[in-house]
Amino acid sequence: MRLEYFQMVDRITALDLPGGRIVTACQVPEQSPVFEGHFPGYPILPGVLMIETMAQTGGWLVLATLGRTKMPFLMQVEKAKMRSFVAPGQAMEVEARLLHEGSGYAVVKASITVAGKKVSDAELRFGVVPFPNETLKAAMLETARRVGLPEDLLHAE
Amino acid sequence: MATTYETVSGIISDTCDIEPDKITPDSHAINDLGIDSLDFLDVAFAIDKAFGIKMPLEQWTQDVNAGTVTTDEYFVLKNLCTNIDKLVAAKA
Repeated sequence: MRLEYFQMVDRITALDLPGGRIVTACQVPEQSPVFEGHFPGYPILPGVLMIETMAQTGGWLVLATLGRTKMPFLMQVEKAKMRSFVAPGQAMEVEARLLHEGSGYAVVKASITVAGKKVSDAELRFGVVPFPNETLKAAMLETARRVGLPEDLLHAE
Repeated sequence: MATTYETVSGIISDTCDIEPDKITPDSHAINDLGIDSLDFLDVAFAIDKAFGIKMPLEQWTQDVNAGTVTTDEYFVLKNLCTNIDKLVAAKA
C-alpha cells in the first residue's frame, strides 16, 4: 500500500467472477506521513482509509465483472464498522462480494481481515459509468496490471 | 399481496423518508417528491431486489437525453410501476 498515493490494493489474490467474489492483499506500510498525524505517538490506519481499501477492492470486482468497460465510482457507504485498530506493518486481507449489479450501479459487501480476525466491514454502492477520459482508462489498465487482474481481462474492452 | 404501486410507494417512503400521504400515483419522483440521484440509487436497488429485476436505468437515461421520451415516462410513479410490471412479465 502507498497510502499517500491512494494505492490501497497490492495484489488481487482471488477473483471468482461467476461467484461474484474477490480477495485482495493489502500490506500496511511501516512508515507513512499519514501516521504522523493519525496519531502522534499512536499510529493506526485511519478508518476512512479502511473504507477506501474496501472500496478499491470492491471496485476491482465491479470493473472486472463489467469486462473493464466501465468505471465504478464510490457513491455510498452503508453500515461501515471499524471493529479493531490496524497498525503499521500489518497485512490485511480484503474480500468483496457482489450483492447486486444493477443498471448503472453496483452494490458490494466488503470486509477486512487481519490475522484471521475481521477488523472492518461495510456495504458499498458504486455508480458505474463509461470512463470519463482516456487518461483514466489508461491509468486503470496500468494499475490492473500492477495488482494482477487476470490476463484475459486486461485485453477485454 | 401488495400491488406494484403499494410496494414502490412503500419503498420510496421508507428509503427517502417521505410521508406516505404525500406520495400518489401521479407523483413525479424528482419534480414532486424531490428524490435526487443518490436517493434514487437506493430506490432502484430496493425495487430491483423486491421484484427480482434489473431496471434498465442507463437505457432510460439515454431515452430521455435523446428526447424520445420525457422523464414522466419513467419517474411518474404510475408509469414507473407499469414499466416494472413489464420487466417482471418479461422475466417470467
